[in-house]
Amino acid sequence: MSRRRAWLLGASLADLLFLYAPIVVLIFFSFNASRLSASWRGFTLQWYRLLAEDHALLAAVQNSLLVGLASTFVATLLGVCAAVGLERVPFKGRKLVEGALLLPLVIPEVMMGVSLMLFFALVKVPLSLVTVTIGHAAFNLPIVAVIVRARLRKLDPTLEEAARDLGATAWQAFRRVTLPLLMPAILGSALMAFTISLDDFIVTFFTAGPGATTLPLKVYSMVRSSVTPEINALSAILVLVSMSLIASSLVLQRKSPTQD
Amino acid sequence: MTDNHVELRDVVKRHGATLAVDGLSLEVGRGEFFSILGPSGAGKTTTLRMLAGFERPDQGDILIEGRSMRQVPPNHRPVNLVFQHYALFPHLTVAGNIAFGLEMRRVPTAEIQDRVGTILDMVKLRPKQDRLPAQLSGGEQQRVALARALVNRPAVLLLDEPLGALDQQLRLDMQVELKAIQEQVGITFICVTHHQEEALTMSDRVAVMNHGRLLQVGSPQEIYETPASLFVANFIGISNSLRGRIDRVDEANCLVRAVDLAGQPTLLARLPAGAGEGSPVTLLLRPERLCLSSEVRRSSYDNELPARISKAIYNGSGMQYQVALSDDLVWAARLSNSSSNQKRFLPGEAVFIRWNADEGVVLSE
Repeated sequence: MSRRRAWLLGASLADLLFLYAPIVVLIFFSFNASRLSASWRGFTLQWYRLLAEDHALLAAVQNSLLVGLASTFVATLLGVCAAVGLERVPFKGRKLVEGALLLPLVIPEVMMGVSLMLFFALVKVPLSLVTVTIGHAAFNLPIVAVIVRARLRKLDPTLEEAARDLGATAWQAFRRVTLPLLMPAILGSALMAFTISLDDFIVTFFTAGPGATTLPLKVYSMVRSSVTPEINALSAILVLVSMSLIASSLVLQRKSPTQD
Repeated sequence: MTDNHVELRDVVKRHGATLAVDGLSLEVGRGEFFSILGPSGAGKTTTLRMLAGFERPDQGDILIEGRSMRQVPPNHRPVNLVFQHYALFPHLTVAGNIAFGLEMRRVPTAEIQDRVGTILDMVKLRPKQDRLPAQLSGGEQQRVALARALVNRPAVLLLDEPLGALDQQLRLDMQVELKAIQEQVGITFICVTHHQEEALTMSDRVAVMNHGRLLQVGSPQEIYETPASLFVANFIGISNSLRGRIDRVDEANCLVRAVDLAGQPTLLARLPAGAGEGSPVTLLLRPERLCLSSEVRRSSYDNELPARISKAIYNGSGMQYQVALSDDLVWAARLSNSSSNQKRFLPGEAVFIRWNADEGVVLSE
């Protein structure tokens, strides 16, 4: 029994090392005073300072935030509608719509990027931040729909009946009862969508026009010339931001409205 | 006060291929505590959901206060439903839950506070008005559900197995409390339950349903003492039965020959309507109406059958006996422990079962 536990503990530690060691090393060297990252030359914050002065980089950050916010908004709005429709409104061909909606979760992202690019070319929409936003909304919509629907499924349908019985219209019942109870799932999935949008490279790569550079695209172009400690610093920030966003998303999704 | 407040006219409801409600007609008077009693699948919950407006009858009509409900959605009906599992809004406080209906009806804020306060006092939940439903006990949740419905002053309050989720003691207390509240507010209550004792205790009238059909409507006493069918008799409580044939009719009485018993003894009983000499009948007897005695002397009872005690169970307030009349006919008899020197019978003891003609119910087949 205890040998088994020791073995499990060891395996878990190895897993954690495998997953997080590169990230820890990266963050560690972002504070390294040496331009060559191989050896430690003392603590510095200069790479972070340099980041703050890089205007092209800041513009990319701004683009990313813009695309993230807009695509998250669209994906959340449509995703919630899709979840409610699929869960509460019986209609013909529901299975088909459900399958079609979830497909983007499993098709390779490259395919999605290419097809979006071809689609925009076909309908003659020039590639820009707008097309990037549409692309991000497209792959985020199913994520929101899946998370919100899971919560909706756990919700007692008689709650809406109770609201109707107490004089609420169908819309009032949704807004006053269902929506507040779904809110943790909606906010959680929105944070998740925002994070994924911030980090996305592939779809962005295919749908971004000239000048529409988001942070991941910028990082990629920076790394192509050389890996500088500046990249380390940037990555450290990104890791922290993503992790805290995902953590809050999970906390929100787990939060039950019946708890104080 | 006797006008029909709620009326169901030949209501039919199908769920797929099954008939959930099959030609149900009912009339409920204003201010009545009316219960619909039946086993699961009897169609009673479907009936309640049609009254609330969540399901539409396939045929027939429902009238509330003389108005057809056919085109009226749930939010415009003058009824409120207390849901089986309460369906309290988990994100709203006790006061928030209770105020919900008034807010939907755009009642002025001051009046909402007033009415919510009054009802909180009535269900004794004023100190817990800021709690969330999850922080309440089952009994308290039940009272919130009741208050949330009653505060709207509906013409009819519908209750779906209102005490079903409570434990036994709470159940008994709430039966009394629910009846008291109903008398206090004077609102018509229509209550669905599968619990016979609950229905008998609380109701002015009871309707017994099975397989979507109405079997009998009447006061608790009528239902209990003069069941119209074997199903009603059995569902309302344990009944002893005996098959027989009417041998002789004598005005309001008849002699029933017990065809299943050795020697085919005759028993005096009340003559059922529509039966005559030669009619096959079933004689029903309540366990608590039987008298047991080991003395052979002539008694003043109308009927007497010899039997043997096969089991004796002590359950505090009384003794429960299983008494064998023959190898395959066993009756139950219940004797209350009303005095300390009560005669106790032992298994294997030979006894006489005695009763008067009035105690039995005769059903013609």
